[in-house]
Amino acid sequence: MNLSAPDLFSPEKDALIIGGHSLSSRLFVGTGKYPSDTLIPGVLAASGSEVITVALRRVDMNATTDNVMQHIPSNIRLLPNTSGARTAEEAVRIARLANAMGCGNWIKIEVISDNRYLLPDGYETVKATEILAKEGFVVLPYVNADLMIARSLVSAGAAAVMPLGAPIGSNRGLQTKEMLRILIEEISLPIIVDAGIGKPSQACEAMEMGAAACLVNTAIAGAGDPVAMAQAFGQAVAAGRKAFLAGEAAVSPGRAYASSPLTGFLS
Amino acid sequence: MGFYDLLASCKNEDIQELTASISQRDVWRALSKESCDSRDFLALLSPAARPFLEEMAVKARELSIRHFGRTIQLFTPMYLSNFCTNGCVYCGFGCANAIFRKQLSLEEVAKEARLIAADGLKHILILTGDAPKMATPAYIEASCRELRKHFSSIAMEIYAMDTDTYRRMVAAGVDGLTLYQETYNETLYETLHPYGPKKDYHFRLDAPERGCMAGMRMVNVGALLGLDDWRRDAFFTGLHADWLQKHYPEVEISISLPRMRPHAGSYSPACEVSDADFVQILLAQRIFMPRCGISISTRERKEFRDNIMGLGVTRMSAGVSTAVGGHSDKDSGTGQFDISDERSVEEMAAAIKAKGYQPLYQDWQPMDPWEKSA
Repeated sequence: MNLSAPDLFSPEKDALIIGGHSLSSRLFVGTGKYPSDTLIPGVLAASGSEVITVALRRVDMNATTDNVMQHIPSNIRLLPNTSGARTAEEAVRIARLANAMGCGNWIKIEVISDNRYLLPDGYETVKATEILAKEGFVVLPYVNADLMIARSLVSAGAAAVMPLGAPIGSNRGLQTKEMLRILIEEISLPIIVDAGIGKPSQACEAMEMGAAACLVNTAIAGAGDPVAMAQAFGQAVAAGRKAFLAGEAAVSPGRAYASSPLTGFLS
Repeated sequence: MGFYDLLASCKNEDIQELTASISQRDVWRALSKESCDSRDFLALLSPAARPFLEEMAVKARELSIRHFGRTIQLFTPMYLSNFCTNGCVYCGFGCANAIFRKQLSLEEVAKEARLIAADGLKHILILTGDAPKMATPAYIEASCRELRKHFSSIAMEIYAMDTDTYRRMVAAGVDGLTLYQETYNETLYETLHPYGPKKDYHFRLDAPERGCMAGMRMVNVGALLGLDDWRRDAFFTGLHADWLQKHYPEVEISISLPRMRPHAGSYSPACEVSDADFVQILLAQRIFMPRCGISISTRERKEFRDNIMGLGVTRMSAGVSTAVGGHSDKDSGTGQFDISDERSVEEMAAAIKAKGYQPLYQDWQPMDPWEKSA
């Protein structure tokens, strides 16, 4: 048993701390792509998630029609994101706007200037993080799984690093697995795998590797039964976390040994 | 090399002959690929692809849900002016048509805006005829200042402008540009546009790129289906969108599929585009460019619009009037074209929900909200 790990049977002692806030669930969910926002409370309840990200571009506090904010329970931590920002300057403006609109001081930085693949701009993301962290925001930047960018984000004052597993909406799983492993080993901040996770097993795998949390939207919102899928993701993330804390058993090299071993001359 | 050069390099190829030579094996190959190139796109538009519409629909639907979710964004057009100096033979606003001409005053713009916004819409598309001395850039800027009080996104479908004028529009709050080439067939274009500023094929073709350079957030291109062989125009529309997206990755490039409708000039479409043809274009475009926005207007019948919602459509108009001032005055004169889906915003939203999709009223947030009331 990993003696430094929190008590496996006391999940409350294994809280994820972000910006001084304690979270017992390590699954973050999204608000986009649902056939109806009325599914959101069910998704939150079934998954156990305590954090939900929402694109500020879709928030209309004065809406006379359906408004996504009406469907987010008040006990859920809101993580507005800067979807639509193409530069650090735009991301900063959206973050300030989110704060002014009453969405709190957590912000997920998304700076995307490539609409073909929706890949994040690391350089602009670091710039925005530095400005917003100084202003007191709890900044969770979405970036490529890149060690140098992640180190820059640590210096810039990020509260966590959110590397992608695969391009947004691709549901292709942990295509960046080896890079994620390096980030988990090298970066002191929580690593929250964001984008690309298409199945609960992939979220479980990320957690087994030592990721601090996963953010899942498309795979839940696009599922035939989003609420049931949210529950599956909640369980998968919890199982992966528990497996990580338990410590993997050693894996056999899985090969046969020669009857005339190479080191036989030693005996 | 600009898009005109790319077009010039292949315009002599006989697209009909090329598509006729495509085999069903080519279609299968295109359907099984992770990402399609322009040859695959042509295969999906070809006659050989027609037996595979269902397979294409399954793929297009899956791609759309993955990238856009089960959502349809709503918008409505607002006609500011129908003065026009062009002689486009197919258009109801062409200057040769004896229709009532009108341009909204700023007070009337504000009144229309209030009425439209009361339905909850946040995305507006403003339109004028091609008469820059009437609907001047300054008039459009002033109208935008009114509109920003009510809408989070203003797109414009107005005569082709130079880059500096587009920059003025962006500064006034316009974030989207829609500009149809009508047809990519340059020879045919000349006969369809016998006089007026729109006669300049090249200036119009490059206008979407000028919009990108000027800082537009969304740029939407299209061909008026029915003017020329649909396979040819659909192919070049897709190539145009793809070229723009490659060269301006920061801009959201989208396409529209306007199909010709009856209008005051009584021009009959030269090439009929059947429902199956239309669906084939929609599916091929979605598979070719999985993240490209696709708009469908009320030129299409309501039953047809309902049926194609799940096949790749991302934006639909609702509560539409194609006449100047048509939201505040129901007898405001002749529209640009006859609409086939007269449903209100509320009825359209209900229809979208009934199909298992979510109507999106707002998908953009101006970064300086205080400018709304400036």
